[in-house]
Amino acid sequence: MRRAATLFLTLSLGLLLALPAVAADTIRIGFNIPLTGDIPKVGESSKFAAEMLKEDINGAGGLEVGGKKYKLEFIYEDNEAKAESAVTAALKLIEKDEVLAIVGPNSSKQAVPAGQVCDDNGVVMISPWSTNPDTTRDRPWVFRAAFLDPFQGPVAVNFAVKTFNAKTAAVLYDLSNDYSKGLAEIFRDVFEKKMGAGSVVAFESHGTKDQDFSAQLTKIIAAKPDFIFVPDNYNQVALIVPQARKLGYKGEFMGSDAWGSAELMTLCGDDCKGLHFSTHYAAAGAKGATKEFIDRYKAKYGYVPDDVAALTWDATRVVLQGIQNAGKLTGKLRRDRKAIREGIAAIKSFDGITGSMKFDEQGDPVKCAVVVQISQTGKFEFKESVCPE
Amino acid sequence: MLASILQNIINALQWGSFYALIALGYTLVYGVLTLINFAHGDVFMVGAYIAFFVATFFLSTLGLPGWLVLALTIPATMILTSLVGVTLERVAYRPLRRKGANRLYVVITALMCGLILEHANLAILGASRKAFPPLIKETVYTVGGVSFTNLKIGVIVTAVLVFLFLQWVVTKTRVGMAMRAISYDKFAVPLMGIPMDNIIVATFVLGSGFAGLAGLLFAMSYPVLEPYMGALIGWKAFIAAVVGGIGDIRGAFLGGFLLGAVEIMVVAFFPSTFRDLIAFTVLLVILTLKPTGLFGVAKTTKI
Amino acid sequence: MTMLRRYSVHILLILAGGLITWLAYEEMVSLYVLSVLMFMGINVILSASLNLVNGYMGEFSCGHAGFMCVGAYVSSLLGVWLFAKDKVFGPPVLDPDLAIYAFPVVILAGGIAAALAGLLVAIPSYKTRGDYLAIITIAANYIIISTIENIGAIGGSRGFMGMKRVLNAMEDVVYLPWMVIWVFAFTVFTIWLLRRYVSSTFGKGVSAICQDEVAAEIMSVNTNKIKTISFMVSSGLAGVAGGLFAFVVGYVNPGSFNILKSTEALVMVYLGGMGSLSGSVLSAILFTLLLEALRPLQIIKWIVIPLLLIVLMQFRPEGILGNKELGDVFPWLKRFYRFK
Repeated sequence: MRRAATLFLTLSLGLLLALPAVAADTIRIGFNIPLTGDIPKVGESSKFAAEMLKEDINGAGGLEVGGKKYKLEFIYEDNEAKAESAVTAALKLIEKDEVLAIVGPNSSKQAVPAGQVCDDNGVVMISPWSTNPDTTRDRPWVFRAAFLDPFQGPVAVNFAVKTFNAKTAAVLYDLSNDYSKGLAEIFRDVFEKKMGAGSVVAFESHGTKDQDFSAQLTKIIAAKPDFIFVPDNYNQVALIVPQARKLGYKGEFMGSDAWGSAELMTLCGDDCKGLHFSTHYAAAGAKGATKEFIDRYKAKYGYVPDDVAALTWDATRVVLQGIQNAGKLTGKLRRDRKAIREGIAAIKSFDGITGSMKFDEQGDPVKCAVVVQISQTGKFEFKESVCPE
Repeated sequence: MLASILQNIINALQWGSFYALIALGYTLVYGVLTLINFAHGDVFMVGAYIAFFVATFFLSTLGLPGWLVLALTIPATMILTSLVGVTLERVAYRPLRRKGANRLYVVITALMCGLILEHANLAILGASRKAFPPLIKETVYTVGGVSFTNLKIGVIVTAVLVFLFLQWVVTKTRVGMAMRAISYDKFAVPLMGIPMDNIIVATFVLGSGFAGLAGLLFAMSYPVLEPYMGALIGWKAFIAAVVGGIGDIRGAFLGGFLLGAVEIMVVAFFPSTFRDLIAFTVLLVILTLKPTGLFGVAKTTKI
Repeated sequence: MTMLRRYSVHILLILAGGLITWLAYEEMVSLYVLSVLMFMGINVILSASLNLVNGYMGEFSCGHAGFMCVGAYVSSLLGVWLFAKDKVFGPPVLDPDLAIYAFPVVILAGGIAAALAGLLVAIPSYKTRGDYLAIITIAANYIIISTIENIGAIGGSRGFMGMKRVLNAMEDVVYLPWMVIWVFAFTVFTIWLLRRYVSSTFGKGVSAICQDEVAAEIMSVNTNKIKTISFMVSSGLAGVAGGLFAFVVGYVNPGSFNILKSTEALVMVYLGGMGSLSGSVLSAILFTLLLEALRPLQIIKWIVIPLLLIVLMQFRPEGILGNKELGDVFPWLKRFYRFK
């Protein structure tokens, strides 16, 4: 037993002390993403998009900063979709891997604490996907690439009222998912303000890993809403919509950006055809850089990229743009990191594949949302674009 | 109002069927070994994936019609899943049992096996979720405002049949008698010439086989497969088994339906945000009033 | 020599604490290593406190993270309400300069709240035993998380933050690595308290319950009282761990304290050995190190770690130290210290 204990100790200590090698003339960027845990798909999409971008730039000889070409090196840290793991991952990237900037974490549960760490240590962090206002609030070093819920909520309300002629609505959301809950509450407030109190006839919730929604749907259907708003992740949508149909519901659905995964259609099948949701970009009928990104991603990894992939691509490019804006890299970590922050803050307007954006003083992007309709062939077709005033 | 109550009863029966099917597996293993097989939820997940691969193989490679595929997938899934369960028993649990480890260490080993199954799946198949192909045409019947499908009825009927079968096995057959004997006295049984290891393997075959069947039916009813799908439902089925009185087939069956009914009815009559709160408070009250579950027998303790 | 033996542990602890504080103060070790060390301390508290119930008392509690959640929320709400400007509570109630003195009280308040939540499990445990009690603990975990998710005022599932401002207020008064100091102090306090508790006459009753509850009752051990106090101590210390966790991470969210967190604590207890405090400490340290060291493996990590643990269980089916303490396994160590 002593031998086992001693062996175990030395082994793990040795592993911890193994240090990464340092290479010159590279720009190192960290990715704090969930490769295991609740949402491994999100981490995978982020990683694939980043790999693609890295190959592009390194293939062209590297990123040119101040007349010199630097190779990119991306380090992917798994945060296991846990808050404490996101903190240690961020600190490891900052201290041990000495990255210049961090992309991720994606969901707010990890992005809020990791944002604190990055802000305290003076490292730029940009979250592709987090929608919680706390992620960037009063944190000059933290940015994000996604629009916030207070903007997306009204988009969904206005579209539904106009297109469905809806007088009443029902909401089904994920109680333990802060994104879903926040958006559902904003939607309810905006809708009731517009259509009068009591116009949201049912406001039902479920848990994150639930697979059966029959009770909630029975209650919703009994309330006879004009449409159901479902700000849920696509995998749950693929269960909710067919279950509603099997319970005899024939009306409309309205979704949010979390629907926008290519997997939605493989999972949901015919039941989801014809439905609408608001999102960052429309994959079908995309033009220019967006189309090029989608086509290449699809050729490489076998599926149409979801919004996380596109947002990670944009977020990473924002960081690279910030590095280029910094003018030159001195090799001194603190100075370079500060220069990158200034560089990103100085971005007037950025043309991303999820639309053009500029950052407000909190580090949140001001960008347009689009509403797409799922076509009969399962493509996400552009319906209308809504921009903030 | 009546229609909505009836509708919720059907919903509860269907959802409870899955809890019951998984809880039966927990309770079988527990009854024989007093081992909480925490890997059982993940065996159920593996069952769903096996069903997925078998069904897609028959459907696309051989191009068989749906009903035939279903008829072939059911036995194939059950056999393959029971192999997984037996492998776990052989590789992880049996050596520990031989060494006379505290049963809680076996429980932790089971937890670890579950983690391995989940993440091996994630590492091998990637993070993409799988869509289970529709095998039979689901028809929606609406009678007086109550909607149900042929699949829902099939699931409920299967759960009842499985329960009756297992009840028959445990109470009427020689294997069942041996199982009960082992749970009654582990030390005397080998002396009576009962091959204990074989009986334990048989238990795992039954438990995992029906977990595979549950996985198949689950995949047909909720056709989105992901590596973590078994974790939560596994925990809850364990809760159901214990509330029913763990180690008792009737207890697991009833506990499963009870948990399903409580979860669905709370949502139906209270704000749905309170579901877990109320559902688990109800269970807590049940266990406080009946400390050994609904069918559990208070153990007499020798002093 | 006897004097040295008597105080060696105290001296060693003071030296170790001083060394870590000094290294952190001089920024000689990176924040990453410090954060791993702090999570290690929190894990030590978690596993040692769970060991009281699962190891010494022989129950099977699998809802430890629920109590951690109560402690985390109460400590952070109290800390922010008293000492920091916040959008929920408005301006601080007390002078932020006082935070430096009140911080341990804030953490202990979280612990006390968690101890009260422990009654949720302790009272049913009078009649219920074994796996039935396990379900009650799981139910308690779900009930706690669900309650917090339903309180919109403190953020619900959005979580709650602002603890960083309390820490900043402390650092403004005296610049020291406060979190490192407090995590270390509370870890030592936990081990000391548990050690005293289980080796006291009252604590012998805990082992008596583990051996045979009915016999213990007959031998005039007040089992209900012992169970209540043990559950409350255990959950209270989990609450302390939660409070520290909240301040180290700077953000709490009910989703962080789900059943998976509870199973991590379970794994640490059984890996170390039931009823071995030093085993719990050792396994918490190993587990945290392992989680960090195997980071580069990414997804494979979660296959390798369970596999390692399974293999370990095969060779040591009673955990690393079994039910012995470090001093029993390495008898020569006893020459150097006495620790009560």
